[in-house]
Amino acid sequence: MEECTALQLRDGIARGQYKSFEVTERIFERIERREATIGAFISTFKEEALEKAARVDSNIAAGRKVGSLAGVPIAIKDNLATRFGTTTCGSKILANFAAPYDAHVVEKLEAADAVIVGKCNLDEFAMGSSCENSGLQKTVNPWDASRVPGGSSGGSAAALAAGMCYGALGSDTGGSIRLPASFCGVVGLKPTYGRVSRYGLVAYGSSLDQIGPFGRTCADAALLLQAIAGHDERDSTSIGETEAPVPDYLADLDRPIEDLNIGVAREFFEAEGLDPAVERAVREALNIYEGMGARLVPLSLPHMQYAISAYYLIATAEASSNLARYDGVHYGHRTGRPRDYLDVYYASRAEGFGAEVKRRIMLGTYALSAGYYDAYYLKALKVRNLIRQDFQAAFERVDALCCPTSPEPPFKIGQKVDDPLTMYLSDIYTISANLAGIPAISIPCGLADGRLPIGLQIMTPAFTEDRILRIARMFEAATDYHARRPELKL
Amino acid sequence: MNVQTIVGLEIHVQLATRTKLFCGCKLGFGDPPNSNVCPVCLGLPGTLPVMNRTAYEYAVRTALALHCQIARFTKWDRKGYYYPDLPKNYQISQYDLPLSFDGHLEIPLEDGSAKTIRILRAHLEEDAGKNLHEGLDHSRVDLNRTGTPLLEIVTQPDLSDPAECRILAEQLQRLVQYLGVSEANMQEGHMRFEPNINLHITDDDGAEYRTPICEVKNLNSFRALERSVAYEQWRQKQQWQRDHAYTQENHGKQNRGWNDDRGETVFQRAKEEAHDYRYFPEPDLVPIEMDDAWLAEIQASVCELPLARQRRFIEHYGLSAYDAGVLTAARSTAEFFDEAVAARGPAKRVANLITQQGLKIANERGCAVGQIGISAARIGQLAQLIEDGTINASAAAAVFDTMLTDQRDPETIAREHRLIQQSDAAALAVVLAEVLAAHPQAVADVKAGGKKTKKARGFLLGQVMQKTGGQANPQIVNTLLDESLQ
Repeated sequence: MEECTALQLRDGIARGQYKSFEVTERIFERIERREATIGAFISTFKEEALEKAARVDSNIAAGRKVGSLAGVPIAIKDNLATRFGTTTCGSKILANFAAPYDAHVVEKLEAADAVIVGKCNLDEFAMGSSCENSGLQKTVNPWDASRVPGGSSGGSAAALAAGMCYGALGSDTGGSIRLPASFCGVVGLKPTYGRVSRYGLVAYGSSLDQIGPFGRTCADAALLLQAIAGHDERDSTSIGETEAPVPDYLADLDRPIEDLNIGVAREFFEAEGLDPAVERAVREALNIYEGMGARLVPLSLPHMQYAISAYYLIATAEASSNLARYDGVHYGHRTGRPRDYLDVYYASRAEGFGAEVKRRIMLGTYALSAGYYDAYYLKALKVRNLIRQDFQAAFERVDALCCPTSPEPPFKIGQKVDDPLTMYLSDIYTISANLAGIPAISIPCGLADGRLPIGLQIMTPAFTEDRILRIARMFEAATDYHARRPELKL
Repeated sequence: MNVQTIVGLEIHVQLATRTKLFCGCKLGFGDPPNSNVCPVCLGLPGTLPVMNRTAYEYAVRTALALHCQIARFTKWDRKGYYYPDLPKNYQISQYDLPLSFDGHLEIPLEDGSAKTIRILRAHLEEDAGKNLHEGLDHSRVDLNRTGTPLLEIVTQPDLSDPAECRILAEQLQRLVQYLGVSEANMQEGHMRFEPNINLHITDDDGAEYRTPICEVKNLNSFRALERSVAYEQWRQKQQWQRDHAYTQENHGKQNRGWNDDRGETVFQRAKEEAHDYRYFPEPDLVPIEMDDAWLAEIQASVCELPLARQRRFIEHYGLSAYDAGVLTAARSTAEFFDEAVAARGPAKRVANLITQQGLKIANERGCAVGQIGISAARIGQLAQLIEDGTINASAAAAVFDTMLTDQRDPETIAREHRLIQQSDAAALAVVLAEVLAAHPQAVADVKAGGKKTKKARGFLLGQVMQKTGGQANPQIVNTLLDESLQ
């Protein structure tokens, strides 16, 4: 059952073939063996998880109706609020913060009878591409412990790749699900903005943030998305059921899309720092689609080159406001001996936030300041609109766009920490989807040097997660990259 | 030298919604600190605001009554500043697209004329909490008030003296109470005022000066508003007379606080120290689009406004300006009056009953006139009985008092208490004849004329009243008296 997918496990548990309690015990055995090296979890909940698993088992044994994830061990990113344990966001400032409520997606997982095993490490407040910005701990890539797992949802991706859960949730503001999925050799899906309620997701860039699933396969990603998608009246930006009903993502998953037109933008292969191994793997993936009858359509996304600049103004502007509440007054870290009330702010924030978070708060504050607003924030919004229009025009001609998820395979720990601008370029392929609000998925499509995962990114129009999953599944069905596992001598 | 006072007013009105602007917490006053709070209004990580539709409708209703243009597309903005009573360290407000703009309000001046004050804009925002500075080494924060819906109304600088400011504030209080959008209870801080004041001075040589605009922050009574504007008039003129360079160009705008005990304003901060609020669109809330149907629905909820009603009472019912003012001070009183008149009560009689008795009791009990136990229809009936002479005014007062606890109709009560006037001329003539026969001296005094006449007439009338147990209709007795003694 180690090699099971979440879907297979779920069905096995439902049939009585496996016991969730035993599965969960095995997961915790593995966590105890591997976690010291991987560092994927900020907190784990063995007792509660086993209790839940036993309850699911007895419900199944008694023939009672159970949820769509009954008994399946799941990990979640530690920026999702939970009544149990802490919600740290990987930050010293919230290291001891216990939320008094559950995020919408946590309620949904509970309602689906999932077994939540732990909360995963991340770059502090989801700001980063390598997980190295976590204020609390380091996470390494299960494929190579000297390399980063990607970020910011690095803990979720690493936990899944290292077999310490069967599925995971992350959040994606500029690539934070897809990049670690690519680096850790798993499937990661960022849904359309508004598809999943953000209620309980600790905000980074509110107009860009979206929660999404990690799975070993497209079916697992579909299974998890099904459990968390849909309207929530507590999030005004979550879309109504009438405007965009949630389809059955598993129903047609295995049915290939006929007459598939895949857009390949000129800009995709002109990007700075594109690794030859990544380019080879992605071109090979495109060939495989062509071999299945898809048509490759060359086109252009002329404003993609401005995406990173626009992103680092919009996301940081929102972040500077979103993170204002961590002030040492109401909750979270408060400095020991403040000189006066202003010092409560200054010292608490200086001590509580890490360097990258401070950098982004300053950048965002500057972009919103009087006299600079028009030149920076407002201009970035205009660029965002142009990027949206680029995608709209492209999707009039093609069903999907395909490109690398990351310009390079997982890089060495410490390689980019002193050079934030180089680090920012890791998100060059992923950021546009957040700015446009469209869904995007990363699936395994190769191994550099035979051992470092490479991800293929697919993007489709808003609220077509069913289509994106089917296109991804076509590639998965034709290849075996998704079945490769890191060699863990643990 | 000519000195003109220029004042614009910012008014915050707390809306009387059941719950807060962006969460489901109830609005309360005087509850234990931090008892009406939830993760959303506490600004806990991960929470999101959801707009209270009723608050928006109340705001639009008020804006319509202020003759404002209603924006069909608006959004929310974040106003950033750090303060311990502001848990998110930003306030959700409306910046460049307020929900309404370009309106006006007519105010009655003390000389009997009216003046139109233009409204620049009115928008919604959330209130902050309250810092309780209770110790030398610490303060506490009460967040019960956090997220309370506030309507901010900004006038153009059309006000030109302290009294006008107070009148505008009073008129606005009556207006929002009428509209049912706010209790506008001053003791509970439902209305707060911030006047922006400066002087336009032309000296004898024709040179023009403008003193620095001073904004007096956070006034919570009509009296403080009027006094602070008067104080600023005086202070700015003094300062300018000492130094003609005391001008807006040289000094810029400043904020001042009001010290109520000393009756003076105190400098707080100058323009260069002003906050940069770093406004930007609130990404957690979707923009509001108002379609025709929704606007029409709100339009239908706007009632007849106080000044219009006051005018109608004067012109249509012939009430005095004073009575009309008293009757329209509260919407519930005005509606009660209208209802009593609709129940065929003669307007002036109804007005007297309400102003002289009903409101007195209502004030004693601290309730609305409609809640003292007598229905408007019954008041109408009582007024009719007075009008047609069935009972006299003093009997009516007694019947009124009985009606407070007796639900039966006034005529039944009057009859039971033997308060019906005797208006049968033939019967009264018999009584009068007896009285005249019994008091020849008084009759003689009347007939003699001179200074004893009046007293003697009064005596004879009194005798008739006594014999009829006070029920004789004095008008009829007087007529009979005239006839008998001619």
